[in-house]
Amino acid sequence: MNKKIIEVDEVVIKFAGDSGDGMQLTGTQLSHTSALLGEDVSTFPDYPAEIRAPQGTVGGVSGFQLHFGKIVDTPGDYYDVLVAMNPAALKANRERVKDGGTIIVDIDSFTEKNIKKAEWTNEGIKTEILDNYNVIQAKISTFTKESLKDMGLSSKDMLRSKNMFALGIIYNLFDYPLKHTEEFFEKKFAKKPSIVEANKKVLRDGFNFAINIHAMPSYRIQPGEIVPGKYRNINGNQAAAWGLLAAAEKAGLELFLGSYPITPATEILQEVALRKDLGAKSFQAEDEIGGVVTSIGASFAGKLAATSTSGPGLALKSEAIGLAVITELPLVVVNVQRGGPSTGLPTKTEQSDLLQALYGRNGESPLPVIAASTPSNCFKYAFEAAKVALEHMTPVILLTDGFLANGSEPWKIPSMSDFPEIKPKFAEAKADGKYLPYERDENLVRTWAIPGMAGLEHRIGGLEKMDLTGNVSYVPENHEVMSHLRDDKVKKIADFYPEQEVEGSENADILLVGWGSTEGHLITAVRELEEEGVPVAHAHFNYINPLPKNTGEIFSKYKHILVCEINLGQFVGYLRGIYHEYDFLQYNKIQGLPFTVLELKNKVKQILEK
Amino acid sequence: MAQTQQYTFKDFKSDQEVRWCPGCGDIGVMNALQKAMAQMGRNKEDFAVISGIGCSSRFPYYMNTYGFHGIHGRAGVLASGVKTANPDLSVWQITGDGDSLAIGGNHFIHEIRRNVNLNIVLLNNQIYGLTKGQYSPTSLFGQVTKTSPYGTIESPFSPGELAIGARGKFFARTVDIKIKETTDIFIEAEKFKGTSVIEILQNCVIYNDGCYKPITSKDTRDDAQLWLEHGKPMLFGKDKNKGLVLDGYELKVVTIGENGVTLDDILIHDAYMEATFLHSALIDMQTPNFPVALGVIRAVDAPTYDGLMTKQIEEVKAKSSIKCMDDLLNSGSTWTV
Repeated sequence: MNKKIIEVDEVVIKFAGDSGDGMQLTGTQLSHTSALLGEDVSTFPDYPAEIRAPQGTVGGVSGFQLHFGKIVDTPGDYYDVLVAMNPAALKANRERVKDGGTIIVDIDSFTEKNIKKAEWTNEGIKTEILDNYNVIQAKISTFTKESLKDMGLSSKDMLRSKNMFALGIIYNLFDYPLKHTEEFFEKKFAKKPSIVEANKKVLRDGFNFAINIHAMPSYRIQPGEIVPGKYRNINGNQAAAWGLLAAAEKAGLELFLGSYPITPATEILQEVALRKDLGAKSFQAEDEIGGVVTSIGASFAGKLAATSTSGPGLALKSEAIGLAVITELPLVVVNVQRGGPSTGLPTKTEQSDLLQALYGRNGESPLPVIAASTPSNCFKYAFEAAKVALEHMTPVILLTDGFLANGSEPWKIPSMSDFPEIKPKFAEAKADGKYLPYERDENLVRTWAIPGMAGLEHRIGGLEKMDLTGNVSYVPENHEVMSHLRDDKVKKIADFYPEQEVEGSENADILLVGWGSTEGHLITAVRELEEEGVPVAHAHFNYINPLPKNTGEIFSKYKHILVCEINLGQFVGYLRGIYHEYDFLQYNKIQGLPFTVLELKNKVKQILEK
Repeated sequence: MAQTQQYTFKDFKSDQEVRWCPGCGDIGVMNALQKAMAQMGRNKEDFAVISGIGCSSRFPYYMNTYGFHGIHGRAGVLASGVKTANPDLSVWQITGDGDSLAIGGNHFIHEIRRNVNLNIVLLNNQIYGLTKGQYSPTSLFGQVTKTSPYGTIESPFSPGELAIGARGKFFARTVDIKIKETTDIFIEAEKFKGTSVIEILQNCVIYNDGCYKPITSKDTRDDAQLWLEHGKPMLFGKDKNKGLVLDGYELKVVTIGENGVTLDDILIHDAYMEATFLHSALIDMQTPNFPVALGVIRAVDAPTYDGLMTKQIEEVKAKSSIKCMDDLLNSGSTWTV
């Protein structure tokens, strides 16, 4: 029997199961293999906040989404293939399967009890699923046990490998080689050959099962249009940590990261903790405040100092960030946004800390805010944030979010020679022995005198300081002078930023405006609209405060300006405050999820039809 | 760096006007620290004086060293960051009972637990001075203050017990007016490798004047102060004829020559003893039944946080094949298109 072959540009797959089913590992292996085959890949893990949420319930479903193909800018919105390890996983994801898509289920798990746990019925499954999709009902648990029955493993241990059976099916579906995943197990469990053998065997058996049942189509993906070069996979947290390390190297300084574990930012601390080989110091403090304040101490002592956190942690750090503002010390605060307020949705993504980053401190407390917009450019913008902090003597907030932090993509490995030097402005002792810590250059930047430098002993602190000397001052006029100096210093940083670029059709009636992690979805929406003959322009902002100098000029060119964000309208409010003369439309979503391309396209069409 | 200049205490005075109240206990402590620093054999630029918020936290402004006046409660983490970043510095954390035991209590216990090699000067005046007279975590039970007009209903912390509870390795106690003794203790603290906690019984002339009078007044001080020295018998009193002995599990005050007690019966102070029970008992002593223990009560060697970090970095650097960012970027799983 000949297999039906479907030629496609791209495919979206979702693996879903209980938190303990190994869906993250399965997804990572598939993304790794497809990347090695030269396809463009974007991934997004989606997991509950609980480590082992109640088994079999919709709330406990853990997922891993992958998008691969020719041009890929997002992890995809709707699935060509869904692998559901139990009824809850199927129920939670059913609405995102494309019409006519393929669903692979572990039919062994569709017991009465599990269907009930998912708050579903056999009738529901039939009418909602079986009648509408190409469903492969595989006895994944039974086959896995059968496959491993001679290996002397317990039933529980055998079932741990069932994710590999599912992966084997998928590898067959795309005609992918097994060898990269086999090598992964050989390396990872080098000292436990039985685990290596078990996983390899189940993977092969899953692959063979798919051959035997002849029930599935086979996808053939158009090769990616990737620039030749050496690649690696990277996620946003790793990229942010590495960007800071890279900046430290370029500045000739050691990196100091004072931090406290918090979802979804923890991995940044873990990455830096690994890098003692590069001389990086990580300090896991007793709380968020301790994390940022140890970093401020390290900055005073002459290190490239950073702290990593998420929304609630940024709130706790706000007083200390104000201290870095008034003492004018370099500091990078990486805030990986998540759903809020309060504890909110720790594992879900949101862009709702923008106003906190801009204004969430007491007093007039300006600082630069930069936002990364893809998993891999977290490296570039972490580097940039550190450069701004060190060269302009200021704390900088770098915004990423859960979507970027956990999402991964292939990254063309840069060379450090491609990056600019970073030149901190160290103080030099004068012959007269007088040091003015708050004397400024033409960019209003003060100098950095570090304990251990002779002749530059000075005192700084959180009390308002006298211009030039830095001594404590309650002089009314001085406070006004200093407030303006601090504000103007941050504004002047725009002189060092590149012009804001506009993608898409310059002559379009509508400009899509986004910032941060929505970039991939906006780019894709613009590309698809253009293919449909709808001209659209797109300006995506990474520099939030200050904004690039040509920002107003861009806005002047379009009939409609639509600002799209995963919040209730924070960036649009900020823009309205600065550019009163333009009428900004807004499109917001706040479900802990990214936009879908379809949602964006529909919104644009709706505006243009009016 | 080794000292290249000879200093006097005047070299450590900044040009800023000292704004503490006339008669404030902080002034004596500042004089003692300036004297001590001049004798520490270190260059002036290698000192960093770090504080939080409160009257005592103005200290860095008056010192002609590197100084950082932080935010309330965070002196401990600010100082820990400075020291961890550059272990070659001599770091002095100046803090008060509000700054370190109330808002900064968490940082206080954790920096002690980590044993960061820095010196904590805890000026304990049992009151909030800068906010004008509210009770602090060391105010006495029942003390009447502006926020406890009918007396506090809270038990006070004992900073020494707290330090020991946090696995503290060095604890000393002194009195603000004892400048010579305080100077010597500061020098001892600087020599000690680890977190040195120095509690200073400090008088607030405005809001809690006389709180240490039972310990410091002329007519009671001889019987109320036991100055401990490692290896020396625990003697006190005008004629140094009173001492401490162990009676069962408890300390007891005895007089040499009475009830057959001789000098040989008196306990010898061992500051280096790892076990905490006797140090705790000494820290706990209160007037009028006991003298208050002063001097270096505990000084037990242990690896420091900053020292271990430096060591770990050296070890990992020696073993790792990743020597620079380009190595890191190209490490692990990569592929070529």
